[in-house]
Amino acid sequence: MYVKLVVPAIAVLSLAAQPTTAQELTGTLKKVKDSGSITIGHRESSVPFSYYDDKQQVVGYATDLCNKIADAVKKELKLDKLEVKLNPVTSATRIPLMANGTIDLECGSTTNNLERQQQVSFTITHFVTANRFVSKKAAKLNTVDDLKGKTITSTSGTTNIKQITELSGQKNLGLNILPAKDHAEAFLMVETGRAAAFVMDDILLYSLVAAARSPGDYTVSKDALSVEPYGIMLRREDPAFKKVVDAEMTRIYKSGEINAIYDKWFMKPVPPKGINLNLPMSEEFKKVVANPTSSGDPKDYQLN
Amino acid sequence: MNYNWNWGIFWQTSPDGAHTYFQLLLLGTWWTLNTAFFAWIIALTLGSLVGVARTTPNKWLIRFGNAYVELFRNIPLLVQMFLWYFVLPEVVPESIGDWLKQLPNASFYTAVVALGLYTSARVAEQVRAGINSLARGQRAAGLAMGLTQPQTYRYVLLPMAYRIMLPPLTSEFINTIKNSSVALTIGLMELTARAREMQEYTFQVFEAFTAATVIYIIINIIVTEGMRRLERAVAIPGYVGGRAKRPSWRQRWKTRQKWRLRRV
Repeated sequence: MYVKLVVPAIAVLSLAAQPTTAQELTGTLKKVKDSGSITIGHRESSVPFSYYDDKQQVVGYATDLCNKIADAVKKELKLDKLEVKLNPVTSATRIPLMANGTIDLECGSTTNNLERQQQVSFTITHFVTANRFVSKKAAKLNTVDDLKGKTITSTSGTTNIKQITELSGQKNLGLNILPAKDHAEAFLMVETGRAAAFVMDDILLYSLVAAARSPGDYTVSKDALSVEPYGIMLRREDPAFKKVVDAEMTRIYKSGEINAIYDKWFMKPVPPKGINLNLPMSEEFKKVVANPTSSGDPKDYQLN
Repeated sequence: MNYNWNWGIFWQTSPDGAHTYFQLLLLGTWWTLNTAFFAWIIALTLGSLVGVARTTPNKWLIRFGNAYVELFRNIPLLVQMFLWYFVLPEVVPESIGDWLKQLPNASFYTAVVALGLYTSARVAEQVRAGINSLARGQRAAGLAMGLTQPQTYRYVLLPMAYRIMLPPLTSEFINTIKNSSVALTIGLMELTARAREMQEYTFQVFEAFTAATVIYIIINIIVTEGMRRLERAVAIPGYVGGRAKRPSWRQRWKTRQKWRLRRV
């Protein structure tokens, strides 16, 4: 009789003593609280989003955003100290490492789309890129139709190669599509003349051209094949964590902090070579900053 | 682990609209088999020639053979593929270079040549070892019978040497199949490349690579079993490396019991 009453009483008292924390924490928030650390997955050469600079430090636009998110998580959990661990990921390892709990956030240049949302979740879009192509100025390729019958390249397993494959079929362009292992190799194919054009996210093309031996020889097309939102990846089915991360991203956008962070990486010289991408915020991304969204549907990013 | 398993993914249509992911993996398998098969023919032919050259009495042939093996064996396959694909067209005259670059399926031909030459150096080493493992008297006997040097190779040395070499050649063949995956770095859409593509499109990384693993294992088991049958078919009882028909389980059990009793 006595025991029966006491047990619930203790439970009720302990609940009252700790109003919000501990008891109701689940998923990533619980993991961060218990371990006192959060692990950020970063890319090694995704300039200027997430990469190693000349001092082998992880830097970049997405890295800055993730550090802010880590601070927000620390504040949310009322921790005195939060250790931020870094873990390099590649396009092949990011999913397993996210699923098995090695990394809690993936900060890079990962396209957010509906197919991928089956496996992971994304926070508010942090960049909007378009699928364009780079070619030698001398070749005079301006529109997608100019590519008809040409050999073109793109990085294997990207959403870009998938779109150009579809487009080639729809428009009957008869493209010979060469998949390349990575961005650097695809660009090398254009440099050496193995391919006439390299189809990729424009932001990556701009940085490849800027770093090329003779940047003046190349041109990025005006024609855009599609619009692609980039997002920071989170574990799926973890609404509590997503809410905290989304709230921080929204705060960064609404407070205008985003402008300084954006300018730092896209309008000023960035390490390691001091290249300035000189890329003002696109209209598509301004729309996201005004109305933050984590949608994976490209239609939500089109201007009209 | 927070992972959304979806084994049904193989039957979904891939972004190219025409194939399911399973069909893409099969397409990749087809290229893997083609690359490995043609590379293996090059490897076996050149490897045999170079291996034989290294056992002849002619010192220039031996030097050439040694240089060939050291060159192709000591450079990583990945680097060799890269050199053939990106560097070769730049160092030959421009017209040939442009022709090479415009070749349809250039990555396939490059992969076959690069993998064939790389493996041929390894095969050459085994051919040399196989011939050298024969008793010296064999060559002397052949020549003493009045056979010429080539005839001695053709009728005396090589028939025995190849029988000895069959098991290590099986390993080399399997290596060729597995090494063909390196060709994904020069844009060949073979099995591993298709698995990577599938994981990029769908994020179902474990399903994609499980399928690739299973396909590689099945291919290699078939190859191993085929080579084992070949070994048995060409075996000559009493010869080096040859063996009579494998005794039945019953027979082997009896033999073992006999030896056991003797030890006691």
